[in-house]
Amino acid sequence: MSAVLQHVVDMVSVGGLYALMALGIGLIFGIMRLINFAHGELIMVGGYATWLVVDLPGVAVIVLTLAIVVLFAIGMERIAFRPLRDASPATLLVAAFAVSYFLQNLALVMFGGRPKPFTFADTLIEQVTIAGLRIPQLQVMSLVLTVLTLVGLAVILKRTNIGVQMRAAAQDFRMARLAGIRANRVIALAFLISGVLAWVVSVVYAAQIGQISPTMGLQPVIVGFVATVIGGLGSLSGAVIGGFLVGSLTVALQALLPGDLREFRDAFLFTGLLLVLLVRPSGIIATRALKERV
Amino acid sequence: MAGARSPGITAWWPALALVLLLVAITVLVGLASPSLQRVATEMLIRVVIVVGAYIFIGNSGVLSFGHVGFMAVGAYVTAWLTIPVAQKPFILPDLPQFLALTELPVFPASLAAGAAAALVALFFGIPLMRLSGIAASIGTFAMLVIIQSVFSHWDEMTGGASSLFGLPTYTTRWVALGWAIATIVAAFAYQHTRSGFRLRSSREDPVAAASFGVSITRERLVAFVISAFFVGIGGVLQAHFLGIVVADSFFLASTFLVIAMLVVGGIGSVSGAVIGVVVVTVLGEMLRRAEGGIDLGVVALPARPGLREVGLAAALLVILIFRPRGLMGGVEIPVPSILGRSLARRGARIPTSESGK
Repeated sequence: MSAVLQHVVDMVSVGGLYALMALGIGLIFGIMRLINFAHGELIMVGGYATWLVVDLPGVAVIVLTLAIVVLFAIGMERIAFRPLRDASPATLLVAAFAVSYFLQNLALVMFGGRPKPFTFADTLIEQVTIAGLRIPQLQVMSLVLTVLTLVGLAVILKRTNIGVQMRAAAQDFRMARLAGIRANRVIALAFLISGVLAWVVSVVYAAQIGQISPTMGLQPVIVGFVATVIGGLGSLSGAVIGGFLVGSLTVALQALLPGDLREFRDAFLFTGLLLVLLVRPSGIIATRALKERV
Repeated sequence: MAGARSPGITAWWPALALVLLLVAITVLVGLASPSLQRVATEMLIRVVIVVGAYIFIGNSGVLSFGHVGFMAVGAYVTAWLTIPVAQKPFILPDLPQFLALTELPVFPASLAAGAAAALVALFFGIPLMRLSGIAASIGTFAMLVIIQSVFSHWDEMTGGASSLFGLPTYTTRWVALGWAIATIVAAFAYQHTRSGFRLRSSREDPVAAASFGVSITRERLVAFVISAFFVGIGGVLQAHFLGIVVADSFFLASTFLVIAMLVVGGIGSVSGAVIGVVVVTVLGEMLRRAEGGIDLGVVALPARPGLREVGLAAALLVILIFRPRGLMGGVEIPVPSILGRSLARRGARIPTSESGK
């Protein structure tokens, strides 16, 4: 019984993390048809930023690293994606690939390829016992952080003026512009928010795997990407649903697959993705974003 | 591949020009250092891969992230068929009997490997080609992850994440040149078939093409399979150039490189694919030398791993921003005006630009 409960806790915490990844990618896609592969590198930037300033007091670390990740997020939009705003989604995707490759190798040049230990929030490894379940504090923290971020984002998107503008832009960018929404501001804000989301993931993820490396953003970005697609590219609630779905599926496959098949987990996961795509090419929650315009 | 209508002489000019360019490079590099000759061989192998990928991506307009997976199929199949029988028990002790006792000459083995890649493409393509746009690109990406995951964990067949070695290294630059020419000719020949024309029409306007009775799914599948064959051959050539096969080398970094070369040259023409390979290779080679450290007399830049990739990514971004349609802009190498006029006088057909807007 408690084993099942443990898996449920795992599913929720892994799913929450994936949901945050998917939201960061989905938010940008909805507004500018860009699948931001470089989102994973924001996580890597967060990891290295923390590593650089880890000796400062905790609050300073949080403020500084958050600022750095957001700066990178806004910077990549300003430098790489803004000049390409009218390009085809394929060109944008290749540009995102290039930014990702650039940042990854920049990290390699600056810090070398060897993984470095991630010691921020070290004490969180210890376990607490809740209702007979032994749960690492880290999992509790990541759960709390994830829920807070999701709620915060929902409040911003539903209640604030700029949030409504962003949702409008995500639904129909051209129409939103005609209605007087400023493209540059909305897009910059979307990147800012995606930067914050990436920062949260970077803290939780780096603490979970305990180390940072130039390619650490790869795994989360791939899952986040899958989650966004399954949920429905361009739909924000779809991204959250997709995140939890993929998270649960990953944990379930890990738990249920027999030992010698477990290593093929990714193959099963992506076969699942293919099947979802074939049945519902635009994901669980279809948006107008994916319809091809004639 | 007999054409539906025989293309005019001038329509073959770009193919001839590209072949001459590659032959010239291959011959001239014979005067240079062995290390440059190796670079040239690698470049010719990439021509096979990138032009192979172009056959699908360029003609259909669907960006594929999965083609590197076909390289993996080609490389592993040729490894199973060509590693000497005497060495197989040490390299892959659990290989099935019929493979453990087989040792084919390299050329039939490469054809078999290409055919295997084409078969895998057929298997994935039947469901995948029904998708279009971003969903299709993501589908091909899923295919790449599946292929990669299988090869890097299938211990008895691939040795898992460790590398396979013992492949005969027969890929000289002349072998690579031969396959590069074959691939370029095949790419042009395909474009002049009915299927090629139909596919290109669906790229320009899927709705209009479908209304003329073009089965987009079918034509895409044809191009996908042909394309996979040549990319598989590219994997074969690379395997027999390096002498080893590593599962991890067929993943995102190679995918990025293939896409980068295609986009730099221009996704819409064979010339773009070839020029992209040449430009990226030259650029990469220059950066590689810089990576080894430059002494400018006053300042000496130290050696830094990763510097080449940083430069490559930056160059790609700059090209994307200033020439979003690539260096060739989707057009083939034009017929020189003198040649064009003399052919026109003899009544030959002058091709109109084959590219889209």
